[in-house]
Amino acid sequence: MNFDLTNDQKMLQEEVRKYAQTELAPLAPEIDKSGEFPWASIKKMAQLGLLGVIVPEQYGGSGFDFVSLAIAIEEISRACASTGVIVAVNNSLTTYPIVQFGSEEQKKKYLPSLCNGQKIGAFGLTEPNAGSDVAGMESTAKLDGGHYILNGTKRFITNGGEAGTFVVFAYTNRELKHKGISAFIVERDTPGFSLGNHEDLMGIRATANCELIFEDVKVPKENILGNEGDGFKICMNTLDVSRIDIGAQAVGIAQASLDEAVKYSKERKAFGQPVCNFQMIQSMIADMATQIQAARLLVHYAGYCKDKGMQRFSKESAMSKYYASDIAVDVARKAVQIHGGYGYSKDYTVERLYRDAKILELYEGTSEVQKIVIARELTR
Amino acid sequence: MDLIVCIKRVPQTAEAEVRVDSSGKDIVKDRLTFDMNEADTYALEAAILLKEKFGGTITAISLGVADAEDTLRIALAKGADSAVRIKAEDFGELDGFKTAALLKEVIKDIKFDAIFTGCMATDDSYYQVGPVLAEMLGVPHATLVSKVEVSEEKVRVNRELEGGLIEHLEMSLPAVFAVQTGINEPRYASLIAIRRAAGKEIKILGKEDIPVETKTNSTLEELFVPPVGKRAEILTGSADEVAARTAGIIKEKGLI
Repeated sequence: MNFDLTNDQKMLQEEVRKYAQTELAPLAPEIDKSGEFPWASIKKMAQLGLLGVIVPEQYGGSGFDFVSLAIAIEEISRACASTGVIVAVNNSLTTYPIVQFGSEEQKKKYLPSLCNGQKIGAFGLTEPNAGSDVAGMESTAKLDGGHYILNGTKRFITNGGEAGTFVVFAYTNRELKHKGISAFIVERDTPGFSLGNHEDLMGIRATANCELIFEDVKVPKENILGNEGDGFKICMNTLDVSRIDIGAQAVGIAQASLDEAVKYSKERKAFGQPVCNFQMIQSMIADMATQIQAARLLVHYAGYCKDKGMQRFSKESAMSKYYASDIAVDVARKAVQIHGGYGYSKDYTVERLYRDAKILELYEGTSEVQKIVIARELTR
Repeated sequence: MDLIVCIKRVPQTAEAEVRVDSSGKDIVKDRLTFDMNEADTYALEAAILLKEKFGGTITAISLGVADAEDTLRIALAKGADSAVRIKAEDFGELDGFKTAALLKEVIKDIKFDAIFTGCMATDDSYYQVGPVLAEMLGVPHATLVSKVEVSEEKVRVNRELEGGLIEHLEMSLPAVFAVQTGINEPRYASLIAIRRAAGKEIKILGKEDIPVETKTNSTLEELFVPPVGKRAEILTGSADEVAARTAGIIKEKGLI
């Protein structure tokens, strides 16, 4: 048993923290307000190798493991939750399925530009009428000669409005139910592809969350990931990995909330003393710190399971995402509570953190879906 | 060019609450984070920029305890080629003079064109290591360096003086440059570079490798937080009242 990070993980943590706190944190309130997609930060993070953390070096990535990716996502999210999920989506929802399921040609063609910041990736799964119920999707892809003809609408797509490369899911054979879903790599400039509504979200407001519309989009046959019918499997495996990073994002948001709460409680005086002296504030701080530590260990453990090559780590991944999301919302709420009325003001960071935290319980599988995954693994 | 950068790992005290420990000669460090001394990050970057232009090697040296190896590894990831830790735990109490003397013992066996140090360390603020090291090695030095331009064997150096003045010097190599903060934009280490640096060996030198008797030429007697001065006037009241009183004082003192 060893809880120590390796040398390279420790250095990565230190360096990413320094970068994120110096360069991303000051921008976080600005892009929360403006909703502007942080392209300049993305280009810089590409130089540092943060867009392709787990991608092998020969495809332009950094060649780190999944625990390292979680550490990086935590540090970025601690400074800016929007930037955290932008990077998480590029890493675990776009480059990961291509690394894991793509052909050699697909890896060579798509991974370098997703790692070097030329393009950002997005994951087209959710639809207006199908979120948790993946098999309820309506998008279709029909083979016609050398192309698949893709039709459908995807909704709530993080990075959608700015992405250049999409991993998109659609039925190639509806009769086979979930076994008839396939995954495709779709490029933004393909005719018939357009953007729909930009979502005006409560939190993570700079993530170009957008609707994707596919009208007779001709996707080259060679852009299918794996084989026809592999889509559901690719989707589930990808979500097992990406949920670890949403867990990491949650830990980052929670840590930022605790940092703010501790600082404020030492500065703010009431009844002639700093409010951190009051037991009810101390109780909240103790709970927050304990919750964060537990969540972080669950996240690192889930990453460790993936790194160890465990075939099934759905339960571990779901637990990390479910618990970390749950406590992040609670920790952010307590941070607002400790700030009193000031915490409800946009002048204080915790107001943003509370809004940013709520999405964690909703995307990449709601908390209810995570509980289904966990319970099914225990009762199957 | 063969370059040496001297690096110190220091506690980050700028925004932390600093307390003196029970010995009265050090601060409580258990809750502080440690990192490369700020001016040293600029010294390292200055060396990396020269290496990128002229080729050559960079050796990073730190006199510190085992944790200093983490800081040296970051230097390796940013662009240093090799790293040396001098075991601080072997040498007892240190000051600027003794630090320079130990660095000299290591550096005298290394071929170098220039040595970069930070102009000061944020923990003890001695401003000594660069100039003393240069004198011990018998080479010229410049302190508070705000610009270094190398062409052939000449170096054009700017030094930042009080009152916004810049002193321009021409120097010959080899030399020591004690670098001011803000002279460049220190890079972050990329993930690939971190992965490569993580496994690199760091040379560790202890008392048996540096068998010289060096003494500090000063002794730290006490470290304390100064008492609040009697001349300070704390203004109380509403924001408007405090602002009006502040404006009044500034006028009274003839400051505007």
